Amino acid sequence: MELSGFPAYAVFFLTFVGIYGVLILGLNLQWGQTGQVNFGVAAFFMVGAYTMAIMTTAPTEDHLGGFGLPFVVGLIIAMVMSGALAFLIGLITLRLRADYLAIATIGIAEIVRQFLKNEDWLTNGVRGITAITKPFEGAGAGAEPLIYLCIVIAAVALVFFALERLRRAPFGRVLRALRENEDTARASGKSIVNFQLQSFVLGSAIMGLAGGLYAPFFSFISPEAFTNLFATFLPWVMLIAGGSGNNYGALLGAVVIWLVWSLTEWLINQVIPASMVTQAGALRLLLIGVLLQVILLFRPQGLIPERFRFKRPH
Amino acid sequence: MEYVQTLIYGIVLGSIIAVAGMALSLSYGILRFANFAHGDLLTAGAYFGFVFFTLLGWPMYVAFPLAMAVTACLTLGIDRVLFQRLRQSTPVILLISSFGVALIVRAGVQLAFGPDTQVYARGIEFPMQVGGLRIKPTHLYIVGGAIAIVIGLHLFLRRTKVGKAMRAMSDNADLARISGIDTERVIAWTWLIGGAVAGASGVFLAMDTQLHPVMGFRLLLAIFAAAIFGGIGKPYGAILGGLIIGIAEEFSTFVISPAYKPAVAFAIMVLVLIFRPQGLLSGVKT
Repeated sequence: MELSGFPAYAVFFLTFVGIYGVLILGLNLQWGQTGQVNFGVAAFFMVGAYTMAIMTTAPTEDHLGGFGLPFVVGLIIAMVMSGALAFLIGLITLRLRADYLAIATIGIAEIVRQFLKNEDWLTNGVRGITAITKPFEGAGAGAEPLIYLCIVIAAVALVFFALERLRRAPFGRVLRALRENEDTARASGKSIVNFQLQSFVLGSAIMGLAGGLYAPFFSFISPEAFTNLFATFLPWVMLIAGGSGNNYGALLGAVVIWLVWSLTEWLINQVIPASMVTQAGALRLLLIGVLLQVILLFRPQGLIPERFRFKRPH
Repeated sequence: MEYVQTLIYGIVLGSIIAVAGMALSLSYGILRFANFAHGDLLTAGAYFGFVFFTLLGWPMYVAFPLAMAVTACLTLGIDRVLFQRLRQSTPVILLISSFGVALIVRAGVQLAFGPDTQVYARGIEFPMQVGGLRIKPTHLYIVGGAIAIVIGLHLFLRRTKVGKAMRAMSDNADLARISGIDTERVIAWTWLIGGAVAGASGVFLAMDTQLHPVMGFRLLLAIFAAAIFGGIGKPYGAILGGLIIGIAEEFSTFVISPAYKPAVAFAIMVLVLIFRPQGLLSGVKT
């Protein structure tokens, strides 16, 4: 039985939200827990997606590889590559002022995008990589999207419980101490740079995992698919709307904002003629930008605020 | 000769980055947050120039100051609506807000003027031949305009009371406040000046290349690199940083694809961050 109509859309919607959920859990570790501003989420997402594509596709003349590796191996290598990129950036910037990380990451996102566009031997350039396969392809009877949804949900659950465990562990406490006051954390004998670097690399590796899940989902990727809007800005809005620092909030934010985003598409398509479709994109961007400002002004703690075991002193 | 020609292109691009970097460095030093909307303020300025010069057909000497003034007002408006209210929270929130403002401005420009490239004036501009070098009149306008803005900003910071207050606040905001400086007023002036200079650099950028909704954002990394190169809050350092980055970007095209120009700015920024994170000119009094 081929899924169609509403159930098919629901499966698509949930899978997409799940991939965003993984991405935002990674961002929540960096921003929510540690207070690091990563404006280059797209970079780690892209590296993950491309690594996955190159590692798992069948051998071809168009780009490096493909190496035809199994799905799970591809995911692991995707995480390692994104983590390695984060390690390099973190090593340079994490010792310095917090805003240098933001500047460096927004720069690296642009450079990675140009790199993927221009290095044809590696990525097939603007033509992108095709025929990225999902596991259990050919399971038949339209079960494929459903199986993939289950895989994505499993990944979300795994990352969620691992991060919740980490949050309660001494490691998580140090990260929050860093976020609140670096000097106090340093005075307690914690190596600031080590903890910062671990958190940044782990968060970015999780973003790489999200990228690795994204590539087979669409089976085609190209540099144009990873705009700053989709891969950096929306995740930020989702996290801030849901509740920075709270993993439940991060997931709720992914659902709510993706719902809002999809609704604006539907609404605007009702109003604006098809000939002005690029303008509709700008209008949605404007709306989501305004939404972020409204949240920052009126509910900066998000839908589900971070919970503290003890009251925060003011 | 080819190298001298490239040097000229580098100086033109460098002047644009230098002026934009100066404004960013100034506001960064006084307001203490990295304004990620700065690149898109350039875009806004360029399109305001487009309205006055191309659409309304006013001469450039009218359109240019008007574009600066309108961009200044837009910048102050953004502060009054958003940044002023967020100033009580942590600086990082302002950072995120400015990232959102950048997208709002870009989306606004695209809604108003469409996603395609535009130019100020159609037709081919014939370059002057000077001893085997090709120099366009617009190159002279850009470099001349940049020098005028640098001198103007220098006089403003040195000679006027507001300028001195701005430098005082950049050095030490708390000290400035207890000396009786009205910090809110200084902030308003900083946005006005920063916005006007950003608008000017946007018009320069549009004269040099074309108008496009992401034109300013594409230059943002180079502008930040220039500001960091010279040391945050040191506008004069950003001039040096901007020129070096502009020249390095143009010369890099001999070796690597022009698509990697942002990577050159990034590489210079990384080198500065590794070896002299406080900036090249830190310690020099402004």
